[in-house]
Amino acid sequence: MDRAQTDARIRGIIEPFNKKGIEISDGATFAGDFEFDSLTVMDFVAAIEDEFDIIISMNQQAEIENFGQLVDAVCKLQRD
Amino acid sequence: MSENASQPDLFSKFDPLIQQREALLASGVQDPFSLVMEKVLSPTRALCNGRETILLGTYNYMGMTFDPDVIAAGKQALDEFGSGTTGSRVLNGTYAGHRAVEEALKEFYGMDHAMVFSTGYQANLGIISTIAGKGDYIVLDIDSHASIWDGCKMGDAEVVPFRHNDIEAMEKRLKRIPEGAGKLVVLEGVYSMMGDIAPLKEMIAIAKANGAMVLVDEAHSMGFIGPNGRGVAEDQGVLDQVDFVIGTFSKSVGTVGGFCVSNHPKFEIMRLVCRPYVFTASLPPSVVATAATSIRKLMHGANKRAHLWENSRTLHAGLRALGFQLGTEVPQSAIIAVIMPDLERGAAMWEALLHEGLYVNLARPPATPAGMTLLRCSLCAEHSAEQVRTIIGMFERAGKAVGIIL
Ligand SMILES: Cc1ncc(COP(=O)(O)O)c(C=O)c1O
Repeated sequence: MDRAQTDARIRGIIEPFNKKGIEISDGATFAGDFEFDSLTVMDFVAAIEDEFDIIISMNQQAEIENFGQLVDAVCKLQRD
Repeated sequence: MSENASQPDLFSKFDPLIQQREALLASGVQDPFSLVMEKVLSPTRALCNGRETILLGTYNYMGMTFDPDVIAAGKQALDEFGSGTTGSRVLNGTYAGHRAVEEALKEFYGMDHAMVFSTGYQANLGIISTIAGKGDYIVLDIDSHASIWDGCKMGDAEVVPFRHNDIEAMEKRLKRIPEGAGKLVVLEGVYSMMGDIAPLKEMIAIAKANGAMVLVDEAHSMGFIGPNGRGVAEDQGVLDQVDFVIGTFSKSVGTVGGFCVSNHPKFEIMRLVCRPYVFTASLPPSVVATAATSIRKLMHGANKRAHLWENSRTLHAGLRALGFQLGTEVPQSAIIAVIMPDLERGAAMWEALLHEGLYVNLARPPATPAGMTLLRCSLCAEHSAEQVRTIIGMFERAGKAVGIIL
């Protein structure tokens, strides 16, 4: 799966979590723009993990602040 | 105070919490987090604000704090060994009493090794951060106790949480861990916020099938869950599958301290490599003496245990009948969590109960799951049936006054 396809699938997954209808861009941050609380983060991460059959550990999550970084991380985790 | 206005104040990160607290206190309620017990009369009664109060928010499940044998053992140790050890367990801080309490734990759990820490918090911190290292994976329940999370944070392992008590979510994550990596599954017997138990039998079977070691924190089950009071794992018949049991002396045992028991053949090396064990002073002699005496008495606590369960069932049924929303459908432990609509009404209800002469625990985020405000009631084997009836009456009056029930 290339980056564009991964990006598109993550956009689909984030939709129900994007309650405020924030415009999705690589720079959009989960804490600041999407305003995800810790419970939402857990559910959202679980949805991504299940979709791509990967693990995004808490350690890795700490490095991911915005949408673009998430897409990059998921691309990398699929290759590993 | 900061004289240079341009210098960042390290405390500014706490401003939202300071404001929330000020707003709560401005509404006129007593600060729920600074209650002082002026005198403790028994495991179930104390003087608070000059008023005799029933205690329903302690972890004194088995009522051991005033047991005459326990007190006598403490006094004797104080006389014979002094007030403190002034040293680490691995240097000058291991007295006969420390060994004796570890022997009592080994017998209590029927396990080969026991290691006593200065608190349960440190036991989780030490064991988890030490055994799971770089490249290993810790798979844990999202509602785990702060000491478990802090143990994860202190170590170098990859940390992978799963939804509370969700067997399938746990299994999926275990299966995704790279081949060859070390795996530790961390579970609790009783989750202390809602008072619910874990499906340990199913979870441990899956953990083992996926090559993981298993650590179970049985802090809130010791002494009264399972045929010998060894906890939820014993109750579900899987204690022999648990690699590490973590526990505390600060609840059923009735003093302070923490421990890990294990059958792992190399377990003793922990005493040299586990930093929260090495780099802190050991428990005072009086504390380990009271703990050992209490643990040995808990081995024969069947009658008390039965009465504790009776209390739990009576309170659960009574509160439910009054229309309170509870954390579990049926009582699963000695903790009954009463769910409050929000922090303001939770604090008002807490204060109304205190005026009635009842102390319960007010719990709120981040300690609670899903942002809930809870009034947590924990029962004691020493609560009489009459006290439990009195408690239900107090809840009825306070709940109606605050408008939580009709
Ligand atoms: C599940 C759990 N583990 C560990 C601890 C820590 O115990 P201690 O009070 O001995 O530090 C507690 C108590 O707060 C707990 O609830």
